[in-house]
Amino acid sequence: MAGLRALIRHPEFRLGFQEMAQVAPGIAAWGLMTGVAMVKSGLGTAEALVMALTVFAGSAQLAAIPLMIAGAPVWVILATAFCVNLRFVVFSAHMRNYLMHLPLSRRLACGYLTGDLTYVLFVKRHKEPASDASGRYAQVAYLLGNGAINWFSWTASSLIGVAAANFIPASWGLGFAGILALVGMVCSLASTPMRWIAGGIAAAAGVAAFALPLKLNILVAIAAAVALSLTLEQSPWADSLAGKASR
Amino acid sequence: MGASSAEHIITIAALAAVTVLARGFFFLSSKKWELPHWAERGLQYAPIAALAAVIAPEIVMSQGLLIAHLQDARLFGVAAGVLYFFARRGGGHSVLGTIVAGMVVYLPLHIGLGW
Repeated sequence: MAGLRALIRHPEFRLGFQEMAQVAPGIAAWGLMTGVAMVKSGLGTAEALVMALTVFAGSAQLAAIPLMIAGAPVWVILATAFCVNLRFVVFSAHMRNYLMHLPLSRRLACGYLTGDLTYVLFVKRHKEPASDASGRYAQVAYLLGNGAINWFSWTASSLIGVAAANFIPASWGLGFAGILALVGMVCSLASTPMRWIAGGIAAAAGVAAFALPLKLNILVAIAAAVALSLTLEQSPWADSLAGKASR
Repeated sequence: MGASSAEHIITIAALAAVTVLARGFFFLSSKKWELPHWAERGLQYAPIAALAAVIAPEIVMSQGLLIAHLQDARLFGVAAGVLYFFARRGGGHSVLGTIVAGMVVYLPLHIGLGW
């Protein structure tokens, strides 16, 4: 992988790394509590360690474990995890144009690394897919730098959580740092009135539809926010909502 | 537990494959294919919508219900974090500051007062 070494040296790799490193304490606290929760919900230590090292999808992990413990059929467990991960399918539609120049195996490797915050930071930094080879290269470098530190801080802290599960009570609420990391990201994304409205709609829909199984409330909220935002874009106030005057 | 543990490891490997499948879902086919224009426009709202939908229930709900009183450490923690962010006007490391400011308010209320 000589190509990988060159990607790591690219300045965009470092930038992606730095932008995620800022959020990493929140990710780490969240990963820690996910590690603790995996053990507390009855998964054996060895299994929890393997899961922490490979699956890299916290909410899907926590949804799958009770089913595994209860001895549910494997296809039910996998289908559940896929449904909990459905928002990533939406993200992959967005990411497609950035990555289709890569061979399949590398596209999938990039996909694996594109967790929530990597996706958010990536499309914030790179609003359009690059049109030339060096631009595409830089975008992949950013994605890898960003995804690498996210993977590392999440995985390392999950492993610690698994090992120290009996010493860290969930009641301390350390996992709240992960929520605060996302709160900070929402604030940094809310750059126009339209974005505030989209976030507000999604928040309300996410709460209203919370009773849906499989975290489908998140998918419903994305659909509602996108649909209403597109409708508002057609309205007479569209320009001021899009923050056009200030740009 | 031995056999079922091995089965669990295979299930866990398959779960990792599900992560790849979901996050790379639209990368699988190499066919030339364009998103409709409205979807392309709409997706710009997906990041903030996804994050807002993930966090909102974690802040204002408890055991599947909207919280009924304001003595909840999460509300104060989030308020402190958001205030910090906008006081810094989103300048360097403001997301990190949001986490720290939020936890500084949240932990004493949560652990100390049991909110």
